[in-house]
Formats: sequence, structure tokens, C-alpha cells
Amino acid sequence: MDYSFALQQLVYGLTLGCLYGLLAIGYTMVYGVLRLINFAHGDLLMVSAYVAFFGIAIFGVAWPISFIGSVLFTALLGILIDRGAYKPIRKSPRINALITAIGVSFLLENLGLVLIGGRPKSFPAPGLFSGSIVIGTVNIPELSIWVFIITLVLLVLCVLVVKRTRIGIAMRALSRDMETVTLMGIDKDRVISFTFALGSSLAAAGGIMWCMKYPALEPFMGVIPGLKAFVAAVLGGIGNITGAALGGLILGLAEVLIVAVEPDWSGYRDAIAFFLMIIILLTRPTGILGERLPD
Amino acid sequence: MLQIEDLHVNYGGIRALKGVSLRVGAKEIVSLLGSNGAGKSTTVRAISGLVTTKSGSILFDGKPINGLAPHEIQRLGLVHIPEGRKVFANLTIRENLLMGAYYTREKTQLKKLFGQVYDMFPSLVSKTQQLAGTLSGGEQQMLAIGRAIMSQPRLLMMDEPSLGLAPMIVADVFRIIEKIRNEGVTIFLIEQNANLALKIADYAFLIENGTISLKGRGSEVLKDPRVKQAYLGSVSG
Repeated sequence: MDYSFALQQLVYGLTLGCLYGLLAIGYTMVYGVLRLINFAHGDLLMVSAYVAFFGIAIFGVAWPISFIGSVLFTALLGILIDRGAYKPIRKSPRINALITAIGVSFLLENLGLVLIGGRPKSFPAPGLFSGSIVIGTVNIPELSIWVFIITLVLLVLCVLVVKRTRIGIAMRALSRDMETVTLMGIDKDRVISFTFALGSSLAAAGGIMWCMKYPALEPFMGVIPGLKAFVAAVLGGIGNITGAALGGLILGLAEVLIVAVEPDWSGYRDAIAFFLMIIILLTRPTGILGERLPD
Repeated sequence: MLQIEDLHVNYGGIRALKGVSLRVGAKEIVSLLGSNGAGKSTTVRAISGLVTTKSGSILFDGKPINGLAPHEIQRLGLVHIPEGRKVFANLTIRENLLMGAYYTREKTQLKKLFGQVYDMFPSLVSKTQQLAGTLSGGEQQMLAIGRAIMSQPRLLMMDEPSLGLAPMIVADVFRIIEKIRNEGVTIFLIEQNANLALKIADYAFLIENGTISLKGRGSEVLKDPRVKQAYLGSVSG
């Protein structure tokens, strides 16, 4: 394996890792606040991709408007899922919410199948994202550069929101003690909605970039990335935003590099993620950056 | 200021409150005494909307507040410091205080509130960036009171502020309660420590098995033999 081949794989791995990371942040934020694994989160990636696709291909809207529209729509859908599916059972045992989350996921996938059909559609990526830069023998797709920059910006923004803003502090407070938050005069449902909106917007940003990288749209396209992002969130330490991004990067790199080193293993590509999850759960269940909280 | 008539609350199949009536006058300290399980906490939790009431009325400033969400009740100025302090252990002292003043956007007003709390609790000043979980029990109680002050309460309900604290700290807490009252805040104090709670109370109620069994001026209730029993005992359950 030569030097430029390794660099090339690194670029691919980082790109994939960023996309996993963006999706993982949403998982981890909702978990942090509600202690709920929102299994419908991966399907938001699919919804955002379709909305962006319809905007451009069917309604002929300029791509920036279509992309922004897709992010807003997905954020709204995130809020709607919480209000419609999770809020009514907020006081029930946690397993009920988990089963509901799986149900919402199936609902979104099959709704997609009924409304849009299962035939893959190809996404018309705007020209801005389709070129590539060649350095020596390494080919860096411009999309990869965008993915990297956008992920970094969104990650920093998210961390700032959670660390510095009032609603971010309320999110952290809510993660420890929902009842006392309400005694502060804070409407907890608004904080939860905000969390869903933020997480879902990131999923949408990830989804749009995902379908530019892998331009085949179909109703189940969010399942595997969703599961991988869940693994990434666990890997980084669930509840920890930076950890989720880090977990995504590690997972993306591991998948690409292991297959690059041993091409025979390419069939096991998806197994790598879950193998990593088993290892981390056995050795360090709190994840890489997850801390044990003082009580 | 606060008026409760014939309040009934069922709690997981148990009739926790069976017709509680009491009133808290403006700028008074009113104590609610009783042993474990008598219904003290249920009463405050019903007032602040954390448990749903079955029947009866809760009036704050003459307006019914039953059925409002806890955050709506808090924003009327009826602030509840929960039993066990419940500071946010994973937030810093400053962040905890800020949560108390969540809707105070005005910078100068916010600064004034922080100043007020830091004046009242100078020991917190050097620790503003420290996580609340690292504080001692006494400091956590001070923080919980400070956080409530940040909400600019008109009526402050305190559920067992002396719980688990050393006697010296308890004395501090009670001095602070009087100080807050002297600044014009009405206090509704829920206590097991009847002796201290009655000494500072203008008026007091004794709750037993979900009903008010005795009421009167603080000094009168202090002398009542039945109070001694409730104060001493988990016997009455």
C-alpha cells in the first residue's frame, strides 16, 4: 500500500466519518435530554434527502433554497415526532418509548415506500459539490471538503449552544432532573422541542450531503447510516456531543481503512461498526468521552 | 395570599390528602408540620402543580391555580424549593442560579439578582464556576435558596430545608429564611423540625394522615402537647 493510496483512503474515511458524526450528534442530544434512543433519527436522513430532491428535481427550486427548506422541514418533523409520539408517553417506562421509536422508524420508512415507491432515485447534486481537487496523486472531491467544513462548523455551533446559551444549560439541567427544571418556571416541552429541532437539522444537513455522496434515494436509505450513527454515539460516549462526532470519525475511518488494507473483508464492512460497539461496551461502556456523573 | 380549601389528592391508589384547608397570609412565615408520610410534601407538590389534585381548590392571589403546569405556577411568583435541594449537580453554581432567572433577559436586572444572591451567600462567590455536585449539603441548600431568589418569588415554598444538615447550618438556614421574609417575601415552610419551624412561624398548621389536625399561632402550637408527639415521632406514620 503506497503513500498516496493511504491518503486517498483517509479522505474517504474522514468524509464518511463526518457524515456519521453529524447524525450521531442528534442521537446523543436526544438521549442526553430524554434518555431515549430515537431510532427514527436515521430515517430523518432519508426524509431530508427526499425533500431536497423534490425541491430541485420536481419543483425546480434553486438548490440553496431547497437545502434550507429541507433542513427546516426535517427540524419541524423532528418536533412533530416528539410531540406526537414521545410526549404522550413521557411518564411511561422507558422501554415503551424505545418501542415507539422503532415504530416511528418503520412508519417513516413504509410511508416513504407507499408515497414515493421503492425505486431508487438519483440525486441531482449541484455542480458546486461535484468537482474535485487533485494534489499529487490524491484526488480530493470538493464535496469532501464541504462535508468536513460544514461538520466542523455545526459541531462547534452545537457545543456553543449547549455550553453557553440559556436553552443549552436548560438542556443539560433537563438531562439530570426534569421535575426541578419545571420548578424553575421553564417549559420543559419547549426545551425538548428545541433539542429535537437541533438534532433533526443536523440529521438533515448530514442527509443532504449523504445523498450527494451516495446519490441513490430510497425509503430505507437511512437505516444503515442511522444504526452506524447510533454506534458512533455509543462509541464516543452517549450524551456527549463532541464524543458523538469523534465516534463518527473513528467509525468512518475504521470502516474505510480496514477494507482498504484487506479488500477481501469488504463484505464485512457493516459488521465492523457493530464489532467495535461490542468491544466498547465490554471494555468501556461509558464510551470514549463519556464520564461517570457524580451524584 | 395562598388559600387552599378541602384539597384531596390520590397518590398511586393511596388517599394522600383528605381535605386539607389552609391559608398563608402575605409577608408571613407559615409552617406546615407533620411526620413522615403525613402529606406535607404532597401538599406542596399539589400547590406547585407537580401532582394532580382530585378535588378542592388552590387559590393564589384569589385566582385558582389547580390544573396549571408547574412552570406556569412558578411564573406567577409561587416558587418551590423541593425537598432534598435538587440542585443541578452537573451545572456550575452560576448556571444553577441562571436557571432560576431563566426568563430574566434584561442584563442589569440579572446582574442585580446575582448581586443579591452573592450578598446573601458570600461563600458561593468564590465557587461560581464549580459544579454544584461538588458542594457540601449546606452549600447546596444555600444554592437552592439562591436559585429560588433568582426567580424573584412572591411566595417561597420550602420543603424540609433543614433535612440532613448539621445543627449549625440549620440555624444559618433559618436565619436566612427570616431575612428573606423581612425583604417582603411570604414563606410557606414545610418542616419536620417542629421546634425551629414554630419559633419563626407567624402561623402554623399540623398535618396528620392527610388532614390538618391543629392550627394556630406559632407560639401557641409550640405549646400544644400533640405537637410534641408529631415532632418526636414516626409513630403516627
